[in-house]
Amino acid sequence: MALDSKVPQGPIADKWTNYKNHIDLVNPANKRNIDIIVVGTGLAGGSASATLAELGYNVKAFAYQDSPRRAHSIAAQGGINAAKNYQGDGDSTYRLFYDTVKGGDYRAREANVYRLAEVSANIIDQCVAQGVPFARDYGGLLDNRSFGGVLVSRTFYAKGQTGQQLLLGAYSAMNRQIGRGKITMYNRHEMMDVVVVDGKARGIITRNLVTGEIERHSAHAVVIASGGYGNVFFLSTNAMGSNTSAAWKIHKKGAYFANPCYTQIHPTCIPVSGDHQSKLTLMSESLRNDGRIWVPAKLEDAQAIREGKKSPNDLSEEERDYYLERRYPAFGNLVPRDVASRAAKERCDAGFGVNATGEAVYLDFAAAIERYGKEQALIKGLDQNDAALIDKLGKEIVKAKYGNLFQMYDKIVDENPYETPMMIYPAVHYTMGGVWVDYNLMTTIPGCYCIGEANFSDHGANRLGASALMQGLADGYFVLPYTIGDYLSDDIRTGAISTDLPEFSQAEKEVKEKLDFFINNKGSKSVDHFHKRLGKIMWNKVGMARNEQGLKEAMAEIKELREEFYKEVNIPGASDTYNEELAKAGRVADFLELGELFAKDALVREESCGGHFREESAETEGPQKGEAKRDDVNFAFVSAWEYKGEPADAVLHKEQLEFNDIELKTRSYK
Amino acid sequence: MDMNLKLKIWRQSGANDKGKMVDYSISNVSPDMSFLEMLDVLNEQIINEGGEPVAFDHDCREGICGMCSLYINGEAHGPDRGITTCQLHMRKFKDGDTIYIEPFRAKAFPVIKDLVVDRSAFDRIQHTGGFISVNTSGNTQDANSLPISKHAADEAMDAATCIGCGACVATCKNSSAMLFVGAKVSQYALLPQGQVEAADRVRNMVAQMDAEGFGNCTNTGACEVECPKGISLDNIARMNREFLKANI
Repeated sequence: MALDSKVPQGPIADKWTNYKNHIDLVNPANKRNIDIIVVGTGLAGGSASATLAELGYNVKAFAYQDSPRRAHSIAAQGGINAAKNYQGDGDSTYRLFYDTVKGGDYRAREANVYRLAEVSANIIDQCVAQGVPFARDYGGLLDNRSFGGVLVSRTFYAKGQTGQQLLLGAYSAMNRQIGRGKITMYNRHEMMDVVVVDGKARGIITRNLVTGEIERHSAHAVVIASGGYGNVFFLSTNAMGSNTSAAWKIHKKGAYFANPCYTQIHPTCIPVSGDHQSKLTLMSESLRNDGRIWVPAKLEDAQAIREGKKSPNDLSEEERDYYLERRYPAFGNLVPRDVASRAAKERCDAGFGVNATGEAVYLDFAAAIERYGKEQALIKGLDQNDAALIDKLGKEIVKAKYGNLFQMYDKIVDENPYETPMMIYPAVHYTMGGVWVDYNLMTTIPGCYCIGEANFSDHGANRLGASALMQGLADGYFVLPYTIGDYLSDDIRTGAISTDLPEFSQAEKEVKEKLDFFINNKGSKSVDHFHKRLGKIMWNKVGMARNEQGLKEAMAEIKELREEFYKEVNIPGASDTYNEELAKAGRVADFLELGELFAKDALVREESCGGHFREESAETEGPQKGEAKRDDVNFAFVSAWEYKGEPADAVLHKEQLEFNDIELKTRSYK
Repeated sequence: MDMNLKLKIWRQSGANDKGKMVDYSISNVSPDMSFLEMLDVLNEQIINEGGEPVAFDHDCREGICGMCSLYINGEAHGPDRGITTCQLHMRKFKDGDTIYIEPFRAKAFPVIKDLVVDRSAFDRIQHTGGFISVNTSGNTQDANSLPISKHAADEAMDAATCIGCGACVATCKNSSAMLFVGAKVSQYALLPQGQVEAADRVRNMVAQMDAEGFGNCTNTGACEVECPKGISLDNIARMNREFLKANI
């Protein structure tokens, strides 16, 4: 099947408006006869569920957690971008569009990104109307901060808990519709498969995670909003339950999977402490507004620190290497995430790492504490030369801005970051790749949509900070509710979809067989055992730097591990009851397939772009020496993979990317 | 400096099972492990011995989703302040310690299995009024057309940081949910957007809270002490004021 992105004609600034003016609508009375399934209740799924229900559709929403409010969007810390230009610093829809395309290393679809930038301002208005308590200045107006890869302040925030507040906003909108009976909420339910009838997505099979019951649910359209697949690495900043299964299940039924190798390794996470580690904790990118990143300039100092003979505070300014400020004077500590992560790895690989494992750099707030302290002393008419007073006043400001993050760090590492610089290291955080969708956010299965992190569409090969929340809410509040209506306008005479159709029986039978297989398998190793081994292969060979040999090895090793998993996995208990090991087994089985496709995608993409760094493709001379080298002549396309059984046999379809409104340039932050 | 510990854990196969405390031993526990990572190791051990792992709720493991919910040595979220169970680290315990692990107990939070409880009563309270009635349109007024004092915005934010974990209920001798409901009522009561529906909101949410079987508040303040997000008792006072205002 040829890929059709269905991008509307016309100038980029008019596409979305023209599109909305010409789509088919469903009248309010007919909406009452149409059912929509939404899988996942994070920012994308929650906002979509609420908005579709407000419009009058009957929504059935599904979450594996015990409440929609617990989806992992809740953990997003730093903020949400919007082209409001409240700071008067030159921001505009075009500039947000430009920054996002450039930040994504020119691997995103222009028209989708422009639309995202266009609706960004509406998101802030909507959230304020819902009662989201964004940070404000003393005049009562909204405050902004800066994030990496941009030169304006366009990030709105609610302390270090912006994701929480936005999700609670979407959750509150859902609550209103649940109360009205327009959303039926299925908590503690996992989607096991999608049901396709006459070529259209018409329902899903779910498992009730409390009773183990297998259920059939029908609808006129299915929306997948199940988040990213970062947990393929086992260790990531994702929640423990975050999984790719809903996305992978639709892939196996015909939805193409795009750019799986585009994964964001976030530069500022708390380093790994040992083999017992179950997840990694992010320290928000907003900290790079005020924190300076450094390692010791001399190898002997780094070694002394690793051995506990020196403390970072013993090193003078000259003995420190603020390597981001040195290498990227224009953007400094606020370079995009992929650049910051690679720079940290480069220093640690060269022997300058500062913790016992040699895999950590410092994020230091001393300069910010002093700067804020002096500013406060001036405002309050106090002595600017009193070092103790400056220190106290400065720490108060830092605490007000980042207090919850500092507390999190202290609890995990047992060290006070107000006194000693934080230790940080890159960790898997976000997946730009995902299910391929057209301009309507529809997958290659008619009637099956994919929104939020689960799709591939807006961030290219690297996502800028504070743009995930923007995309999730843009898709759910302002894009999908229009595009899905255009599709459903053909369904007003269809009537309710029966769950007695043979397609439902067949899908249910397959689900039950798979569950029975796991329960009856007499293996000797736990699910986590396999998940951890998969994570190690991914991190070592498909992580921050990739090469042909490593990727080929990874593909073979993952295939072997998958075979061993089916022979040796041990699931205690039964399938008709609460059984977390059984739920985990299904998710890890899917990761074991996705991981191999991920490596294959990375192997095919012989260029470096964004979060995908191929060691064979780096600049060898000139001012960009050592930086990633993109190849626009051969690789300016989206890789969309068609499922053919074994991941190694997946068929590549290319969507050529066209850049009419932005000139393709080498991405420089120097 | 690894530790050996004795664990006494509540095991209950389902809602209708009576349940009992069961003893386990675990060795080589690193002080850098989180409490839930210690339970992961225990479960791996149980699975390898052919048993059924201990069920417990958890998800984000960074103190924000509100899913984890253990009652450890008689305290909701264990012996540290301002954190959830997933942020509790084993360095808070000593070699040789015996640790008691129970579910959050309350009439309105029935046990599902072992340490997993059903907190959907919290959701049902929110369905009755935990929102501002505004549809998504893209045509709401500009966000800056309504200045809100920084003080009010910050106070609303402090109330809004509630993660809905239910530690307040578990720790309260009356199993009262007033800190939870008070926080939600306060967030909206403090903001001008929320005031239009304030009276209906507080009446409906309090009625549902009572219908769910949560107890009343007798001002012991235990909830505020155990709350991982430091939600203040002031929110209960504000809810009472709002309730009074709505009913006279």
